[in-house]
Amino acid sequence: MIDILVAGGGYVGLSLAVALKKAAPHLVVELVDPAPAGAWQRDERASALVAAARNLLAVLGVWDKIEPEAEPIRRMVITDSRAGDPVRPVFLTFEGAGTTEEGQPFAHMVPNKAVTGSLLEAAGSLSLPVHWETSVVDFATGPHLTEVTLSNGEARQAKLLIACDGVRSKLRDIAGIKTVRFEYGQSGIVTTVEHERPHEGTAEEHFLPAGPFATLPMTGNRSSLVWTERTEDANRLIESDDLVFEEELERRFGHKLGTLRVVGGRKAFPLGLTLARAFVAPRFALAGDAAHGIHPISGQGLNLGFKDVAALAETIVEADRLGLDIGSLSVLERYETWRRFDTFRMGVTTDVLNRLFSNDVTPVRVVRDLGLGIVDRLPGLKSFFIRQAEGLTGRNQPRMLVGEAI
Amino acid sequence: MSETARTTIDQAEVDRFSAMAAEWWDPNGKFRPLHKFNPVRLAYIRDAASAHFGRDPKAHLPLEGLRVLDIGCGGGLLSEPMARMGAIVVGADASEKNIGIAKTHAAGSGVEVDYRAVTAEALAEAGESFDIVLNMEVVEHVADVDFFLTTCASMVRPDGMMFVATINRTLKAAALAIFAAENVLRWLPKGTHQYEKLVRPEEIEKPLQAAGLSVTDRTGVFFNPLSNQWNLSKDMDVNYMLVARRAKA
Repeated sequence: MIDILVAGGGYVGLSLAVALKKAAPHLVVELVDPAPAGAWQRDERASALVAAARNLLAVLGVWDKIEPEAEPIRRMVITDSRAGDPVRPVFLTFEGAGTTEEGQPFAHMVPNKAVTGSLLEAAGSLSLPVHWETSVVDFATGPHLTEVTLSNGEARQAKLLIACDGVRSKLRDIAGIKTVRFEYGQSGIVTTVEHERPHEGTAEEHFLPAGPFATLPMTGNRSSLVWTERTEDANRLIESDDLVFEEELERRFGHKLGTLRVVGGRKAFPLGLTLARAFVAPRFALAGDAAHGIHPISGQGLNLGFKDVAALAETIVEADRLGLDIGSLSVLERYETWRRFDTFRMGVTTDVLNRLFSNDVTPVRVVRDLGLGIVDRLPGLKSFFIRQAEGLTGRNQPRMLVGEAI
Repeated sequence: MSETARTTIDQAEVDRFSAMAAEWWDPNGKFRPLHKFNPVRLAYIRDAASAHFGRDPKAHLPLEGLRVLDIGCGGGLLSEPMARMGAIVVGADASEKNIGIAKTHAAGSGVEVDYRAVTAEALAEAGESFDIVLNMEVVEHVADVDFFLTTCASMVRPDGMMFVATINRTLKAAALAIFAAENVLRWLPKGTHQYEKLVRPEEIEKPLQAAGLSVTDRTGVFFNPLSNQWNLSKDMDVNYMLVARRAKA
């Protein structure tokens, strides 16, 4: 019998398993993932890590390994315009210096594989078994443990099964947990570009009529792009030849950083908001996108995932230290109460932002421009948004998010 | 037992809890409030015991090797976690039915607890002694509080500890712990607590002191509806806990 089986070897599953094993080495934790070993090395995407997530990675002892590949975001510029506008009115700028209490940048752009790689290394040094090409086929929950059937024909008896298997979580379906889903009919095109001149740590978000177009600084003269279009347009762009793609990209990116060149692949991800109706069931918990897949407009998906990890790991470790049954509903309910309000608020905020910004109706533009202008002029409100972006608002934060061990 | 022997057993109370025994481990059943209350009282016990016996409360098995009596253990909600923290636990309850449920559950959980359908006075008479005696949510259900506490205290070893948790006999407690909990919030079945059976802190401390123990800490416990959790508080008017110690030999 094992204590915890984590299903999903992405950044959520891995950091959760590492956090649990680090705080409570006596717990028997195993991880399964259907992907072949090493598949994560082909992930070309980069993510914006807020200060809170960085704190968690520092507590897990992996931030030092990620940092050389991380590019600090020192400045954030938000504009509202049509692609063809020669000059884009700047409504909101966040300057990095002195924005956080420690004078740290409020976010870093990091390549996904640097995060995954460093977490796998940590898992290895904790002797945490990671079974690749293995998935959970089925499970049956009894009063004291859950019987899990794996795709390789093996079985596990665990006190707790944690699903970190993404927005289309199969385990969530097996557990009978329903979701609420909103489709946007939009897709996010993700790619990396190289530009002539340095970005100087500036992130930009342009609210174009088809949806937000965001550039995020990476190491070297490179930026990561999240480019939102109607799904059919996005698919057409992905399939078009390089010349057309770069031409369309340049129209939106502008020429301020000189000539652009697309490096690495380009992919489109359909956008939507999926919220699980419950985050826990007896001997079962959801974390990351399996609990809440949100629109990437504010870059919060990954960061919400790390918040889940911090709250769930702390809930489990504290219960274990009190001798409580870590899989019992009364224990897991604490995690659910802790995370649901925040998730719901973030989900609704990003949903409202997206609906507000993805259109070209003049009165709406006027109102939102006025809104952004007001935010820029009120220091209190602005620092509230910066705290939000850092992921450090709200009392009663899980300890790892403020840099403390569990 | 001779007919004149004093007893701590209130048969009506034993019957009431026996009737609900099957629900002990249902986190959404009649004992839901106790499941919610468990973390705060376990943390109080673990932290005070760790400080006293020089243990690290964050370590694995912080109570390793300590002999613990959980008197009025019911279905074992407290006994199992104590055993998981490393203690050698005797779980005692006057209800055979409770002990049956507790034994079955512990076997399923793979936790070792020595459950016995026995009274405090029988254990004391048999000469049992413990490092920690737990008296959690029990004194408000016994027949003779003074005699019960004196009997329990007699089983505390030199340098040992006794924990007591109960509900104060105040108007505030009558309003919150009885009226609101049983009639408004419906957390507890009607008749779970009777006002006149509630016990004031001084009514606990006096017999304990007479039995040679000294009270070293007392705290209130309050429910925070926003966080849906119980927290320690200075206010001892409703739920409260206290610790007493016997001096070293």
